[in-house]
Amino acid sequence: MPTDERQLLLDERAFARTLHRMALDILRQNPDPDRLVLIGIQRRGVELAARLASLLAQETGAQVPRGALDITLYRDDFEVIGPRPLVGPTHLPVKLDGREAWIVDDVLFSGRTVRAALDELADFGRPARIGLAVLVDRGGRELPIQADVVGERVPTAGGDRVEVFVRELDGRDAVEVVRAGRAAP
Amino acid sequence: MSGALGKDLLGLEHLSADQIRLVLDTAEPFKEISERAIKKVPVLRGKTIVNLFFEASTRTRISFEFAEKRLSADTVNVAASGSSVVKGETLVDTARNLEAMRIDMVVMRHGSSGAAKFLADRIESTVINAGDGKHEHPTQGLLDLLTIRDHRPIAGTKVCIVGDVLHSRVARSNIWGLLKLGAEVAVCGPQSLLPLGIEALGVQVFRRVEEAIAWADVLNVLRLQLERMQAGYIPSLREYYRHFGVTVERLEKAPRDLLILHPGPMNRGVEIDSRVADGPHSVILNQVTNGVAVRMAVLYLLAGGNPELAEAAKGGSDR
Repeated sequence: MPTDERQLLLDERAFARTLHRMALDILRQNPDPDRLVLIGIQRRGVELAARLASLLAQETGAQVPRGALDITLYRDDFEVIGPRPLVGPTHLPVKLDGREAWIVDDVLFSGRTVRAALDELADFGRPARIGLAVLVDRGGRELPIQADVVGERVPTAGGDRVEVFVRELDGRDAVEVVRAGRAAP
Repeated sequence: MSGALGKDLLGLEHLSADQIRLVLDTAEPFKEISERAIKKVPVLRGKTIVNLFFEASTRTRISFEFAEKRLSADTVNVAASGSSVVKGETLVDTARNLEAMRIDMVVMRHGSSGAAKFLADRIESTVINAGDGKHEHPTQGLLDLLTIRDHRPIAGTKVCIVGDVLHSRVARSNIWGLLKLGAEVAVCGPQSLLPLGIEALGVQVFRRVEEAIAWADVLNVLRLQLERMQAGYIPSLREYYRHFGVTVERLEKAPRDLLILHPGPMNRGVEIDSRVADGPHSVILNQVTNGVAVRMAVLYLLAGGNPELAEAAKGGSDR
């Protein structure tokens, strides 16, 4: 019987430390916080963007606007799997033109979600630059897309799962990797 | 091809409460797309939709067309008056010819009750009923539900449909949808314009509009088709307004503020007072806005999906 094996990648403290480092990294790349806008991808990206925004406020005193993006309608697999329930609203608080826009997501894997997000953002305006910040990069890219800010890198196999928990939705902050069980020979 | 709603949308009678809620919940995020500078998402790119209208319609046809275009579908409008229908072609032949041009969906308005099902049984494409005779007008029912839900929970709300219920597909779709979602439903109108035995559906009947107003939280005021007078259902339009017109004076006597809906087009001064139609409790234009979002949700939920390809693609996506 193959059994899944669960590993803790980030506990509560490591999670907080990682987010703090990510916020500083964003500031290093964009020293002017007044031009920043953080855009979280539904669902957990939205919570992470909110955390990063409050860390940036602590560091700089500036209120960085943040938005939310649901990329469901921009996916490239609609023909294959058909309609999925939309998980949340799309909401962009400011005009993107000329801003330093950062896409924030929990896990970077195939890159297809980011591709969809880039297409969707282009329909909202023309930021001066778009950056990508992810909490976990698990490898396995299917498109030529890389993140500018990465919290933690972890190599995974296709059947593994990376599960991100955030306090607002799940009651705790943690990242766990579930390794798919290998079938017994 | 069969998603959460099945192949077609023919009416609300055969949808479950969960399916109706799914459409309303899906419509919610679609509202925002119509507020964007670029009012378009690519999800139905490459889909071809024919709007086949055998009866005059402005609002419904344009609303469907906006919904289709905002989802990036390619659309063609066929109006019966300018088509081969006037040369005697049958409905099925018209549709089969369209299907031979490789379409994905047909949105149809037709004067005969049951026409949408008749067509859906005979073609492979998805059929969406945009009104068939006196039978159903499901997307109108859904947008009315969404508009009520924007203001109050539907379960337990008292909704009275006022006017020509007998000839109204809007009334039928409303009654099915409202009852499934737990509303209390009543109808009110002249006896000649109420279907016999409508109580059997679980609907109350009010003979006087004052009683309906005293009971209801929401009034859905139906259009009185002017032809009904010639056909002898009512003595005169003035007489109708005197007895059944929804006026400010009548609403002022209500124990609470009523939400006022009307599917349009309105006959001001016949079924509804202009001061009510343009008043603070009228949500008639909200209905029109919601109509586009509901139709986007219906098109989205009925479109696409290929189970065999999905199996093959497993493991390749983010989550």
